[in-house]
Amino acid sequence: MSSTLSVPKLRKLLLSLTVFTLTACDISQLNNPYPDTDHGQAILYSSFSERPKHLDPAVAYSSDEYGFIGQIYEPPLQYHYLKRPYQLQPLTATKLPTVRYLDKQGNMLPDSANDAEIAFSDYLITIKPGIAYQPHPAFSQNEPGRYLYHALSDEQLSAIDTLTDLPVQQSRTLTAEDYVYQIKRLAYPKTQSPIAELMAGYIDGFAEFAQATAEIPLQELKNQTLRGVQALSDHQYRIRIKGKYPQFQYWLAMPFFAPMPWEADVFYAQPGLKNKNITLDWFPVGTGPYWLQENNPNRRMVLAKNPHYHPDFFPTEGDPGDHEAGWLNDAGKPLPFVDKVVYTLEKESIPYWAKFLQGYYDASGIASDSFDQAVQFSGSGDPQLTQMMREKQIQLQTSVATSVFYMGFNMLDPVIGGDSEANRKLRQAISIAVDYEEFIAIFANGRGVAAQGALPPGIFGYQDGEAGINPVVYDWQNGKPRRKSLEKAKQLLAEAGYPNGIDPKTGEALLLYFDTTATGADDKSLMNWYRKQFEKLGIQLVIRGTDYNRFQEKMRSGAAQIFVWGWNADYPDPENFFFLLYGANSKVKQGGENAGNYANPEFDRLFEQMRNMDNSPERQRIIDRMQNILRQDAPWLFGYFPKDFALLHSWYKNLKPARMINNRLKYSRIDTELREQKREEWNKAEFWPLLLGFALLAVAIYPAVKAYRRQQQETKS
Amino acid sequence: MMSYIIRRFLYALPLLMAVNVLTFVLFFVVNSPDDMARMQLGQKHVTEQAIQNWKHQHGYDLPLLWNSGQAGGKCLSDTIFYQKSVNLFLFDFGISDSGRNIGTDIRQRMWPSLALALPSLAVGLLVNITLALLMVLFRNTYVELGSSVLCVMLMSVSSLFYIIGGQFVIGKLLKLVPISGYDSGLAAIKFLILPVMISVVAGIGSGARWYRTLFLEEVEKDYVRTARAKGLTETQVLFKHVLKNAMIPILTGVVVVLPLLFMGSLIMESFFSIPGLGSYTIDAINRQDFAIVRSMVFLGSVLYVAGLLLTDISYTLVDPRVRLS
Repeated sequence: MSSTLSVPKLRKLLLSLTVFTLTACDISQLNNPYPDTDHGQAILYSSFSERPKHLDPAVAYSSDEYGFIGQIYEPPLQYHYLKRPYQLQPLTATKLPTVRYLDKQGNMLPDSANDAEIAFSDYLITIKPGIAYQPHPAFSQNEPGRYLYHALSDEQLSAIDTLTDLPVQQSRTLTAEDYVYQIKRLAYPKTQSPIAELMAGYIDGFAEFAQATAEIPLQELKNQTLRGVQALSDHQYRIRIKGKYPQFQYWLAMPFFAPMPWEADVFYAQPGLKNKNITLDWFPVGTGPYWLQENNPNRRMVLAKNPHYHPDFFPTEGDPGDHEAGWLNDAGKPLPFVDKVVYTLEKESIPYWAKFLQGYYDASGIASDSFDQAVQFSGSGDPQLTQMMREKQIQLQTSVATSVFYMGFNMLDPVIGGDSEANRKLRQAISIAVDYEEFIAIFANGRGVAAQGALPPGIFGYQDGEAGINPVVYDWQNGKPRRKSLEKAKQLLAEAGYPNGIDPKTGEALLLYFDTTATGADDKSLMNWYRKQFEKLGIQLVIRGTDYNRFQEKMRSGAAQIFVWGWNADYPDPENFFFLLYGANSKVKQGGENAGNYANPEFDRLFEQMRNMDNSPERQRIIDRMQNILRQDAPWLFGYFPKDFALLHSWYKNLKPARMINNRLKYSRIDTELREQKREEWNKAEFWPLLLGFALLAVAIYPAVKAYRRQQQETKS
Repeated sequence: MMSYIIRRFLYALPLLMAVNVLTFVLFFVVNSPDDMARMQLGQKHVTEQAIQNWKHQHGYDLPLLWNSGQAGGKCLSDTIFYQKSVNLFLFDFGISDSGRNIGTDIRQRMWPSLALALPSLAVGLLVNITLALLMVLFRNTYVELGSSVLCVMLMSVSSLFYIIGGQFVIGKLLKLVPISGYDSGLAAIKFLILPVMISVVAGIGSGARWYRTLFLEEVEKDYVRTARAKGLTETQVLFKHVLKNAMIPILTGVVVVLPLLFMGSLIMESFFSIPGLGSYTIDAINRQDFAIVRSMVFLGSVLYVAGLLLTDISYTLVDPRVRLS
């Protein structure tokens, strides 16, 4: 038998392959990254690209971190999920805080008292009774006052890898003292809270408390007294603010002011637990709708429903049109809807996008390399889903973020800064020439709105339409803003003393310097674009690329001339944007957030007046004046407000765009049946290309094998 | 041999110290403790006081290499370098700048790295050696020519292409395995199939050509001619005699990389979201976490030294003529 494959063998093989191929056609979800036990459960699947740095509510300060702890910790207030502009409402509090104004002697003042009279503002907060913490070993006692796990032995420690290895997990009721304790933690220097310095300027006694507790051990913190913060009863506490600071109520909706049980600090302070990376910074203890069931920031983080979560319901009212849009379909239903949320580490955008399209992630942002696959713009400039997305019934949500990206001018610089008329005109000319509409189209895939001032839409004080345009840069034509002509910019430049961009001192093109950290190969086109924008005026822009650390150093020392900067709002109030231009916040002089070191006495005076006001027509008038001063002075080239684009599968319900809202996961609902059906449909395995490949390989090798055998036979004979 | 091993370990100590100093200097040329503090504290409301607090809490408020404010031995010991480096030699990696225990992280993350690296190495060896032997078996035929051209083509392609292409074809188009991810225990297998396959395919070009060269060198030797003269078939000659004698360079090449398998694969782990030590190092560099960077560089150096020592020892095992002294 010299033939390698006889005819009967070949037939058998072909038959097996055909049977295998036919049966394999029905195999679906071989590519499912989740365990079979997840099947049919109300689980929401999401991802994270970088492990969160902190999960301690006193330290965490980024949106990534808030994505987790916003579901676990509950500050006294929250934002209404449906109403816009954002409105505060009670969360664990029974109502919004009662604010009382006091003079220097501590006497109560009427609400109408003027700012100069008010020495202190007392915020009285009453919390709902009966709220309980998630089950946690820090609360476990074998008899009152005797904690099971506050002094773990070596033997106990050796048996622990995660918190769930401790068998007894108890709970306790939330008290006002827990909120007070958290504020003490904010002040405690060893906590290193990023807002400690800021709060020292507002909360009475905060700075003194920080000094007094600098050297004490953590275990003694709860026994120290913080003058301005006091629990008045089990369910009421008071925070005393220096002067008047109406924006403080927004801080009360942030995790910084969520409650922290002292037991948690004592429990996690054990060195044996720290060595196993079991710390408060990684294992939160909260009263929220979810608790962190699995914390492996290297792979996966899982939030599970808190069995002790207090009664909470989907809002029954929203904005006009919300009912018609289906946002109120679940009105009045108990929260949360989803039993579990699984976050998987996904470092690269390509596999993440592919998994979203396969139905293994429920929602997705849009990376620039997959933008064209997902979105196209209509003739009128509106974003629309592509055919492929529509076939999958994917929904697109867009919303303008409460953020701003601007080009800043260093106002301390002798050429571009200062308040001389010539330099002001130079900045105005540049503001016209740098075409941010073009920038948004080229570099942001259309995901942005050119800014007309410092306030983005959704923030009180923002004006839409003709009333809200920047008259220095735009004209109102045919119902929309139109950028002024380049001729106008050149005229301003000539008036500034640089006709055709020529610097009279040198007789050559005016040299300006742009400091940036964008030094990669991918950034080259962007830098060229900036150069070309300035070239339109005859100005030569020199790009000074540097690493992040050196760039920060230049900003701190005032060595940068022109730069690009951004800001994400902490809370939806105009004060949180205008303070970036307040003279007393100069980065060079005070180390503050005013990166351009802008200082205008009139603007500063209006800012001080505006920041303490409630939203009112009078406040709007002041804001309009401030915007006009900024537009004339042009310390910023206002840049753009980014637009968030989110893609949701058809089974994902109730996700209203709301970047300010940290605890929005509890409102999300998943239609699990529909998801299973779609996944099944979209993930049928394909075997035939593999089989074809093997067959081709066999065909290619067969003659060689045959020749080799013949050669062997000949050698033998 | 024992004295040789001890001597090699003693030689390694100044080498490790030098690596440590070099890492320290390179890191702090680029980053100051203030930069590190800013990176950890974020961008909002970072005051000078907050930076000083952070440096004090993390022991970065000391001079870098020499403390002129102290007397005697404290000039050296009261420095960032001393405080952060000495414990490394006891394999106490300490706490990272973000507050996690590095030793615990390394112990957790070396398993996924090994789970990817070991099968990649084993299957890669098997495939490469088999292909190389087949190329030698079919030498001077179109199969050898075609295979050589194919190997050169495979070598010329970037590993990123294999990764993205593999994810696209196997994961996205054919939907045979998950595109990325990881799980513990046996559940990890389905996540490892694709990266292992890609590692193997990406290594075929260079591996098969290298082993082919070794085997071709062997097939011309006298003992092979003798074996053929005795009437052995070509397959018997190759698999029984040539393979055995070519094992010395193969084995020594493999032993030297064995300890480094712990360190993981930087790109592969990142693209497949495998939580190994490769991605741990990359993340630490991006976050300017000096504590992790120095620990990983130190560990890498120790493992490399160990690998070289193991190679020397393996020579004596596979070639009785070699003696260590």
